Amino acid sequence: MSNASEAPTPDDGLKLTDSENTGPVLAADGTPLKRSLGRALRRQKLRALMLIAPLLIFVLLTFIAPIADMLFRSVENQIVSETLPRTVVALDDWDSTTGDLPSEAVYEAAYYDIFIAAERKLHTRLGSRLNYELTGASSLFRKSGRGLDDLGEVYQDQFEDLNEAWEDGETWALLMGSGDWQDKAYAWEKSSGDLAPKLELREGIEELLPKTAAAYSSFANFVRVDDGDNPATEDPWSLVYTAFWQDLTGGANVASYSGPEAELLMEAANAASGFESTTFAEGFADIDKDWASTPIWQTIKTYSPKYTSGYFLNSVDMQKTPDGPELRDANERIYGILFKRTMFMSMVITISCIMLGYPVAWILANLPARTANLLMILVLLPFWTSLLVRTSAWKVMLQQQGVINDVLVWLGLVGDGDRLVMINNQFGTIVAMTHILLPFMILPLYSVMQTIPPSYLRAAKSLGATNWTAFWRVYFPQSVPGIGAGSILVFILSIGYYITPEIVGGTTGTFISNRIAYHISSSLNWGLAAALGTILLAVVMILYWAYDKIVGIDNVKLG
Amino acid sequence: MKLTKTLLATSALTVAAGAAFAESHMASEMTLVSWGGAYQNSQQKAYSEPYMEMHPDVSIVWDESSNEAVAKLRAMNEAGNVTWDLVDVTAGDAIRLCDEGLAMEYDPEELLAAAPDGTSAEDDFGDLLVSDCFIPQIVYSTTFGYRTDMVPEGVEPPNDICDVFDLETYPGKRSLEKRPINTMEWALLCDGVAKDDIYDVLETDEGQDQALAKLDTIKDQVIWWSAGADTPQLLADGEIFMGSTYNGRLFSVIEEQDQPVAMMWDAQVYDLDGWIIPAGLPEERLARVKDFLKFATDTQRLADQAKYISYGPARASSAPLVGQHAELGIDMAPHMPTDPANSENTFLQNYSWWADYRDDIDAKFQAWLAQ
Repeated sequence: MSNASEAPTPDDGLKLTDSENTGPVLAADGTPLKRSLGRALRRQKLRALMLIAPLLIFVLLTFIAPIADMLFRSVENQIVSETLPRTVVALDDWDSTTGDLPSEAVYEAAYYDIFIAAERKLHTRLGSRLNYELTGASSLFRKSGRGLDDLGEVYQDQFEDLNEAWEDGETWALLMGSGDWQDKAYAWEKSSGDLAPKLELREGIEELLPKTAAAYSSFANFVRVDDGDNPATEDPWSLVYTAFWQDLTGGANVASYSGPEAELLMEAANAASGFESTTFAEGFADIDKDWASTPIWQTIKTYSPKYTSGYFLNSVDMQKTPDGPELRDANERIYGILFKRTMFMSMVITISCIMLGYPVAWILANLPARTANLLMILVLLPFWTSLLVRTSAWKVMLQQQGVINDVLVWLGLVGDGDRLVMINNQFGTIVAMTHILLPFMILPLYSVMQTIPPSYLRAAKSLGATNWTAFWRVYFPQSVPGIGAGSILVFILSIGYYITPEIVGGTTGTFISNRIAYHISSSLNWGLAAALGTILLAVVMILYWAYDKIVGIDNVKLG
Repeated sequence: MKLTKTLLATSALTVAAGAAFAESHMASEMTLVSWGGAYQNSQQKAYSEPYMEMHPDVSIVWDESSNEAVAKLRAMNEAGNVTWDLVDVTAGDAIRLCDEGLAMEYDPEELLAAAPDGTSAEDDFGDLLVSDCFIPQIVYSTTFGYRTDMVPEGVEPPNDICDVFDLETYPGKRSLEKRPINTMEWALLCDGVAKDDIYDVLETDEGQDQALAKLDTIKDQVIWWSAGADTPQLLADGEIFMGSTYNGRLFSVIEEQDQPVAMMWDAQVYDLDGWIIPAGLPEERLARVKDFLKFATDTQRLADQAKYISYGPARASSAPLVGQHAELGIDMAPHMPTDPANSENTFLQNYSWWADYRDDIDAKFQAWLAQ
């Protein structure tokens, strides 16, 4: 017995609790039972998680993540502050409501920003973005990319006329770069596959010529990374000459400089004040008069934050103005109409699906299995036909020279001159979509009705109920879960429908999804498309929630 | 020992393959994107089949995605995996892609072949090089066709753009494109605005209202189309009296399907279609694309394309070489939008203007349609 008491047995834990009532319950191996149980449970959960992991990861990667990414675009607006970083900061001090133009400092910042953006070919992209808010921004930016080069060339030409050495990229490398960097840069070969060595500025040059140093650094970085060339041998942008002229005329103490090319620098410093020059504001106005008016600056300022509510305002027919959100002009309001129409028509389609689907499902559920299966194929057959084919078939049926009109004219019910208009309007969309979505109503109804025992109806009748009472008080309440499931399916599907309204909807039968498709594939205004989509998603969720509150989602049965 | 051998063999193979690769410097596969249908067929016959005969080791895959090219290219670019090598788009889309940095800028002198008489490519294409990224192929036009059997008795067949707006003389439905481009211009033109002033007028709110007011007069008689195949179908079904679409589509209704339809070339709007090279292609693929492009856009190839479809070649030097339809055997020149008899009154779509005003006017136009 003594041996047995030493070896752990399953009831050790119990014995222990018996002997010392105060201590925790222990498992066979001596660990507290709670922890041991917890561990076993955790292991089980982990195993279950691992089993569903492939599906979970698949859904996360292919469904949730792209949708989240797309929805995020509805507020995302980094492009302005990333493309025009200096301008956005400079515009902070400008009061956009006074009607005054921004200061020279803003124009200067914009010059540097747009010039660099143009070199990186980003300025037209920003132009397209701002064109959604301000008509004309697109060509304004396209033009300015070229125009700003001319602005800097004024200084470039004058420096080069003064001394040919300024034409040479190596002069600049000598002046701006440290000796160490030059050695490395000249030793670098493009074929090596590495990037050229990173620019190290000459000691003290940043204090002496701050703007030039900044401009030259941007240039060197661009040549090195974007072009894959050697900045030490490339001729600088005209932007660098502009910065250089600004530094020299801005009171740079050139006499204190003692590095290479000191004489050249002295010569330039003496001549610079006599150069022909313009202000940045004038230069911009020369490119396009729109730069000399407030709207473009207001737009840039309004859309400078990293995140914007602009797309959402747009999608409810409002716009951002310096004075806050405002309703758009009546002749530009469209999304409100479309949202309302989408809701209304989806509701009509759902109701017509119930009206048509309920009797069909009832017949299917009450026929002998063999006949029911045959009829079921008839329900499913259109389900298996291509959506486009079905929609086009409706076109053939409904158009003025179509089958239905021809038959009506032949029967003499309608005169040849006034054939019915049944397509390219709301009617056509409702008919075609009801037909297309009908199986989604019939199938859940059918499977719910199959589970209702026919004896209930018979019992009701034998207790004296009329046919109607028996149906309405006994049968119908039991089929409600089927109606609920079918309605949710049909409504949610139709709210996001796109192809059928596009083909048969004309102008009065199109849905909000047609505009979303337009903004995704044609206007490339993905932000607005995302905002419209987010609103649509929110509406569906709210309706789902309301349904759950009123009917209860537990009452929905798909089978 | 065995392992070393295998390793040696593999590396030898790699070197050999590398050498072959370096020799050609070109990828052997190319994905071209076009519009499908008769148009893509004409490109296959005129460009890619002869090219593949010359380069039997090259395989060309066609993707019929030009309709969604702008959006798809942007998505591919964002995902960092552009699988297309050459994309056929309209000039308007090319400008947009160029602005977005999704298409590559190129040098016409370097990339495109000179005309046989030595005219440089830049001069040969002339004004049609509307964007730094766009390599024009064809000139097509958006114009009207009408059913000859629906012209009321004792009335001249329609031959003026304003007949579209004349419901009294020419009763019946019309089809117009469900977007403002072209439609707004036609409306203003028929509301008494001179051709040269149209864009100045259309820039103003009043001008836009004027155009929409003119369109209001026929609004309930219009079926709005969004796909190029809609109008030909509506014409063939007798649903409409007249409608706008691309001239090549009308050609096929009239000549190939033999329907009682005729062209009304008045105030046709020229538009261009051509290639863009997606930005950021790897070197070997780019080299192959350049090689193909030089061939596919030369004078003879552009003229050859007109054998299969009634779109005008974009090169001036190709025009005299346009011959007969490959199957029907009819002369193609009179069916070209650029033929002198057809081009008495024409527009060239104002791309840069529409690039600016498209978003704004489209919003107003769609709001007008929805009301």
